[in-house]
Amino acid sequence: MSHEIPYIAAIGEAIQLEMARDEDVLYFGQNIATTENDEFLKAFGSDRVRVTPISETAEIGMAIGAALAGLRPVVELYMAEFMLVAMNQVVNEAPRFRYMSGGRVKVPLVLKAGYGFTAGWAGQHTGSIYGMFTGVPGLKVVLPSTAADAKGLMATAIRDDNPVCYFHHYLLTLEHGEVPDGEYLVPFGQAAIRREGGDVTIVATGYMVDKALAAAESLAAEGISAEVIDPRTLVPLDIETILTSVEKTGRLVLVDQATRYGSPAAAIAADVAEYGFSSLKAPIKQVTALDATIAYSEPMEAFVLPDEAKISAAVHQTLGSAPVAA
Amino acid sequence: MTLKPEAGRRLLSTMWRIRAFEERVVQLKRTLQVHGLIHLSIGGEGVAAGVCCQLRDDDAVYSGHRGHGHAIAKGVPLTPMMAELMGRVDGLCHGLGGSMHLVDREHGFMGATGVVGGNLPLAVGDALAARLEGGDRVAVVFFGDGAVQSGNFHESVNLAALWELPVVFVCENNGFAEFTSRAEHSTVERVSDVVAPYGFARETVDGSDVAAVWSAFGGFLSQARKHSGPFLLECLTHRRRGHYEGDAQEYRDESAEREWELRDPIARFQAEVRRRKWVGVPTLEVIESGARAEVEEAVELAKASPFPTPELAASLVYA
Repeated sequence: MSHEIPYIAAIGEAIQLEMARDEDVLYFGQNIATTENDEFLKAFGSDRVRVTPISETAEIGMAIGAALAGLRPVVELYMAEFMLVAMNQVVNEAPRFRYMSGGRVKVPLVLKAGYGFTAGWAGQHTGSIYGMFTGVPGLKVVLPSTAADAKGLMATAIRDDNPVCYFHHYLLTLEHGEVPDGEYLVPFGQAAIRREGGDVTIVATGYMVDKALAAAESLAAEGISAEVIDPRTLVPLDIETILTSVEKTGRLVLVDQATRYGSPAAAIAADVAEYGFSSLKAPIKQVTALDATIAYSEPMEAFVLPDEAKISAAVHQTLGSAPVAA
Repeated sequence: MTLKPEAGRRLLSTMWRIRAFEERVVQLKRTLQVHGLIHLSIGGEGVAAGVCCQLRDDDAVYSGHRGHGHAIAKGVPLTPMMAELMGRVDGLCHGLGGSMHLVDREHGFMGATGVVGGNLPLAVGDALAARLEGGDRVAVVFFGDGAVQSGNFHESVNLAALWELPVVFVCENNGFAEFTSRAEHSTVERVSDVVAPYGFARETVDGSDVAAVWSAFGGFLSQARKHSGPFLLECLTHRRRGHYEGDAQEYRDESAEREWELRDPIARFQAEVRRRKWVGVPTLEVIESGARAEVEEAVELAKASPFPTPELAASLVYA
């Protein structure tokens, strides 16, 4: 059985279910539980649900200490950029502790952060900065693109014994989707094939998955069959599913809302070039944000970001065909 | 709190074990048998002993880059510690952490972080866990005066005060933030004054007087065990060595060095215990020689341990 709820509610549902299941799960962050009517506060009380000051370093560092002591904190960060304030805790404490201790301790911790609020929020709240964390051994990086995945990946993140950066896309917040009832877990490291096809493989994450599916739909009308893969987790990355698809299609278009240089798309391109080179019939194409800060002005914002037309154009380039004029 | 003979002997033997360990590390570093960056606490043993000798295994200690003394005083065995410094597979962390990142959960030595101030919020989180568990265990975090100017310190103190967590912030104020004097970092001379507006109990003691550290910390500890907190103990101390082994120490003032030499915590406390007739000279000699023999045995056992093998390198990244 399933029910239809918005993406953001699906995340909350997973946190609620996990808190009910395991009393070691804590939830804290800025501006949460500020009224007595808060559903988390009512269900789990003020010991486990805590509002914090605007102190990202202390919030995240405290979560690490609580995790070392055996608890499972979920830190509500709202904006991914707020993690940058506490970069030492995120990058140099949380993921290093287990390794440096020779495996003697673990840090089960979820950093929940929204990204990509490209709706006029300008330069400091709109970045797709997950790539900063994919290169940090010890961290896991999750990017749900549907309401069901938002629930299932959050539940898995809370049960994982490692620090997990859970990045939800702000423009998906109110998108409705069917979500399985009750306990629902989506395993890490298993990509979802969102659409099957034989001519070209499109790999897209987060908000870009819908753009890629829309592009695939219009390409289908032109007789081009695109396969759309959503990795769902960047660390661990299911490169096998991508390589298998490229073996079939011979063409790869990577869609990533992050800036191009040093992006997760570039890391996937490198893996496919190394392990799937003989399958490729055309150069890999990357459709990414411009290497620039996201602009405020609406037409400029559109210019900077990937969209359906840019994805279609990239597919045509890999096929050596001209796009059909709209 | 009054120090009794048995506790006094334990403080002395703990300080000697730290001193003997670190003096041996100086030699091992010089002959390259200990690898990497080493920060020693010779001259500051009174703080580690005065604080940690009163803690239980379930109390959490978070330390920093200069943490050998805290680990030893908290009960971490010398052989795996020495093996860790020598990068061996039988080291405390299988040779993956080293001098700055010792972790021994069984003895409540929860970890040491190499970035100044990075350990402060971790101890606050551990204290939150202690509070939620409902028992009487506490968290203690050691940091230097250099960390006080960091956001970590201010954010952690604020949160600990706001939530009244059972954590004791122990500042080892040795007057130097790495290579720079405190006067060049802050207009506030006493670290205990920095936290004054929060209103929680705080005290500044002579860190080279182990009995004073023991007494002040013991007072805070008994209150923290009854679920109050936080507390801040500032210990005015000294490091006789450089910031790290190999530091040329051009920033040092030689006359101040001679003054600190006279205040050596071990020499001072030995004179004190003799005055109080708690131990005679022969016993003092046995305490020192026993510590040195224990360290020597640790070195020999550590040397016999192999280096870790490559499969370990990638196997412990994720739990």
